[in-house]
Amino acid sequence: MEGSATVASKSAREEVEDVVVRFAGDSGDGVQITGGQFTLTTALAGNDLATFPDFPAEIRAPTGTTFGVSSFQIHFGSREIRTAGDQPDVLVAFNPAALTVHLKDLNKGALIIADSGAFTDRNLKKAGFTTNPLEDGSLDAYRLVSIDITKATLESVKPFGLSQKEAVRCKNMWALGLVYWLYDRDRKPTNDWLAGRFAKRPEIANSNIAAVNAGHSYGETTELSGEQSYSVLPAKIKAGLYRTVTGIEGLAYGLVQGAQSAELNMTFAGYPITPASSLLHTLSRLKAFDVVTFQAEDEIAACCVALGASYAGNLGVTASSGPGVALKMEAIGLALAVELPLIIVNVQRAGPSTGLPTKTEQSDLYQSVYGRNADSPLVVVAANSPSDCFYTAIEAVRLATKYMTPVILLADGYMANASEPWAIPDVDTLPKFPVAFRTDPDGFHPFLRDDKTLARVWAKPGTDGLEHRIGGIEKNYNSGDISYEADNHQKMTDVRKAKIDGIANDIPDQTVEIGKESGELVVVGWGSTFGPISRAVTRMRAAGKDVSHVHLRHIWPMPKNLGPLLKNYKKVLVPEMNTGQLITVLRDKFLVPAVGLNKVSGQPFKISEIEDGINGQLGQ
Amino acid sequence: MNVATRPEKLQAKDYASDQEVRWCPGCGDYAIVRAMQVTMAELQADPAKTVFISGIGCAARFPYYMATYGFHTIHGRAAAIATGTKIANPELDVWVISGDGDALSIGGNHLLHVLRRNVNLQYILFNNEIYGLTKGQYSPTSRTGTKSPSTPAGSVDNPVSPTLFALGCGARFVARGVDTNQKHLPEVFKRAQAHIGASFVEVFQNCIVYNDGVYDYFTEKDAVPDNQILCEHGKPLLYGKDKKKGLRVKPGAFEIESVTVGENGITEGDILVHDETSKMLATMLCSMQPPALPMAIGVIYCNPAPTYEDGLHAQIAEAKAAAPKPSLNALLRRGPTWTIE
Repeated sequence: MEGSATVASKSAREEVEDVVVRFAGDSGDGVQITGGQFTLTTALAGNDLATFPDFPAEIRAPTGTTFGVSSFQIHFGSREIRTAGDQPDVLVAFNPAALTVHLKDLNKGALIIADSGAFTDRNLKKAGFTTNPLEDGSLDAYRLVSIDITKATLESVKPFGLSQKEAVRCKNMWALGLVYWLYDRDRKPTNDWLAGRFAKRPEIANSNIAAVNAGHSYGETTELSGEQSYSVLPAKIKAGLYRTVTGIEGLAYGLVQGAQSAELNMTFAGYPITPASSLLHTLSRLKAFDVVTFQAEDEIAACCVALGASYAGNLGVTASSGPGVALKMEAIGLALAVELPLIIVNVQRAGPSTGLPTKTEQSDLYQSVYGRNADSPLVVVAANSPSDCFYTAIEAVRLATKYMTPVILLADGYMANASEPWAIPDVDTLPKFPVAFRTDPDGFHPFLRDDKTLARVWAKPGTDGLEHRIGGIEKNYNSGDISYEADNHQKMTDVRKAKIDGIANDIPDQTVEIGKESGELVVVGWGSTFGPISRAVTRMRAAGKDVSHVHLRHIWPMPKNLGPLLKNYKKVLVPEMNTGQLITVLRDKFLVPAVGLNKVSGQPFKISEIEDGINGQLGQ
Repeated sequence: MNVATRPEKLQAKDYASDQEVRWCPGCGDYAIVRAMQVTMAELQADPAKTVFISGIGCAARFPYYMATYGFHTIHGRAAAIATGTKIANPELDVWVISGDGDALSIGGNHLLHVLRRNVNLQYILFNNEIYGLTKGQYSPTSRTGTKSPSTPAGSVDNPVSPTLFALGCGARFVARGVDTNQKHLPEVFKRAQAHIGASFVEVFQNCIVYNDGVYDYFTEKDAVPDNQILCEHGKPLLYGKDKKKGLRVKPGAFEIESVTVGENGITEGDILVHDETSKMLATMLCSMQPPALPMAIGVIYCNPAPTYEDGLHAQIAEAKAAAPKPSLNALLRRGPTWTIE
């Protein structure tokens, strides 16, 4: 909370433009649910927002440990919000471990709300404290509010007769109620949600509602021992009907819409992997939309089932994360050799190998563009935010079906789990691209190509008179039969490349997100770095810096004006959550002197980190 | 076939594609493709609705030679690709063609799951106990001690029994045939096709180049009577030149023994009657090895159960019945929404 407000009395709320709140506790403390509820309530209050759920790979890590800490950060405001925020203004710490892990992210003067009831000797020791930080003055640089939330929760839920264990579990709702008071949020959406969620166990619903209300009352009556309370006005964003959307939801709905636009049934095959599994879960509830979901025996099978479904005339889709996608690569190679549509969603995570399964990274660009044996071109597109997942998924389906090619659709763990407000589109107004299957036997062979797109005909089994054989062995250009002939292989390799390269003529020209089409510096990004780059460039331009933002959706092939566009700038800065992958492609394709800004900590970029990068390039 | 009109009655040759067959002269695969074409003609199978899907290996070239739909895929994965094809269009008659390396080495996992799920397709495993296309390495069905380019001192690992593996995976149809037995093989293929659910057929196939004669001990003309037994549901398990040899449960033990009717007081009433619905019997039949016991041929196990794709599509039908006109617009507006003026 920047700036100093003139405060008439403590009971008057101070108006602030944007706030960052972080909840942190044990992975069993219900931190993600707390964050989800705060998000919903804040969205309904009309603020713009961005979230960052961050949790350990272990389901229930040992309690009180630093590696078991789960957190949820939300950034909301009365202006456009592009990132989950650099530094929390408020940290709600449910135990000492959560305080230890997150303290380093706090600015001096930030508000810490700590559950003193959880700062027991045992928990302090587990978190590495020798003395209690709530009492030893080490937090004097912050505004510390130490409350025994555990005890207060137990008192508030006493009438409902829960067991001690169940009663303590309500403490996240008590804390939520308190933060609702702090930012003048409406408790009703959460209380309604609790009543519905625990409809079969009213004593649990009532206890949680009582805890929300008790936390809120605590704030109201004590005014947090002199702590200021705030209001955040609704954001001035585009008019329309809104909902919140996560990246997984965006992908699922976008794939359904893509299949509908193509007039195809969808077969989605996946294998459980963090953080992509949620896509399988979400789509498995959409059967009424002619979506077949299939949990395969392994990643390879998932890709093969999807390809087998495409062969039969469905839209085959598979999804995974980095290591799982590596396993699918041979089948993806087959898909591009037999030229069948296939969507491969990669919800990227930190690697290599198992890496950090629940942490984000965008280090599978090489794998996507270059990751198969031989000359194996295909299409790669990347979403840049939860809501953009919807539109990018539709684009993936359009290109896969129009060009008879596998398409790799890149998302990442950050945008998959994060949510943001979304102006709900009217899907009836979205473009249709119905597939026309080949039915005419006259002059047919399976690798007959469209002169313009170079896509082969799609003849599905079951069609009379079009019986044919396809496979991974090289095909004769003129008949589709097996061919080992040298010149033919050259021709087929060339046509496979030309087909994918030609897609550059069928995708939108690259636009400049923010700034001008030429100048001193352009920041080029892709994927979920959109938020921090966009915010950093906006701020730097406001400060008079000559910097622009270009963000790629089409990674391969690239928009045909991209090369000339980048050459209009003196310098090119490429921030990536990897050690420099897009930059390799840009340098290779356009010979531009691009400079990388790279981060692989498993955490998204902060705005300040991008700003530092920009300043470095502009010589300041 | 690429013709708009077809002859009224299709002959075996009508199911042969125009592609030049590229197996080694004398390969058992010729006999199997011939038996399949005969099977197709006897079934009057619709070429447009018939799909052959294969992995990699000599056997995997099979689809190119059938005038139906065909998909030559990647090593070991045909079962998974076929599963996708079948669930996307259950009206297709899907055949998977595989070899011992393709099915039981690189593709073992997919074979396990296609059988366990009971996807309604036919899985034909050409077992020649060798890797042919890569020039003769020992395979997962090769007998211990097999000398090959990769095992010059003989292989040291134990072979897997394809049929016992299939039974262990929960296959509901397990059968065996011999490549050269052109009268019997189409009968096995027809039974496999008629079975609703995953049908597993092991075909003993001779590799003339790298493993010639590996099955002579029970497939040579003179060896057949005493070393093969044809399993037919409801009929006594008799074999031998004059059908006097038979199988019975050894008294006082849980195992099968070979006896001779008319000797030692054995009558035909003592002989086991083949019950293809008995998994226990099937397991014992699949375990038999000449010369002590004959190699079981024919439909060893057939005990249908609901198929995977029926269950899958029943759930879709149920979801569609509950929401006959699903609207993505409505779905996107379900749950909390708010309006920005």
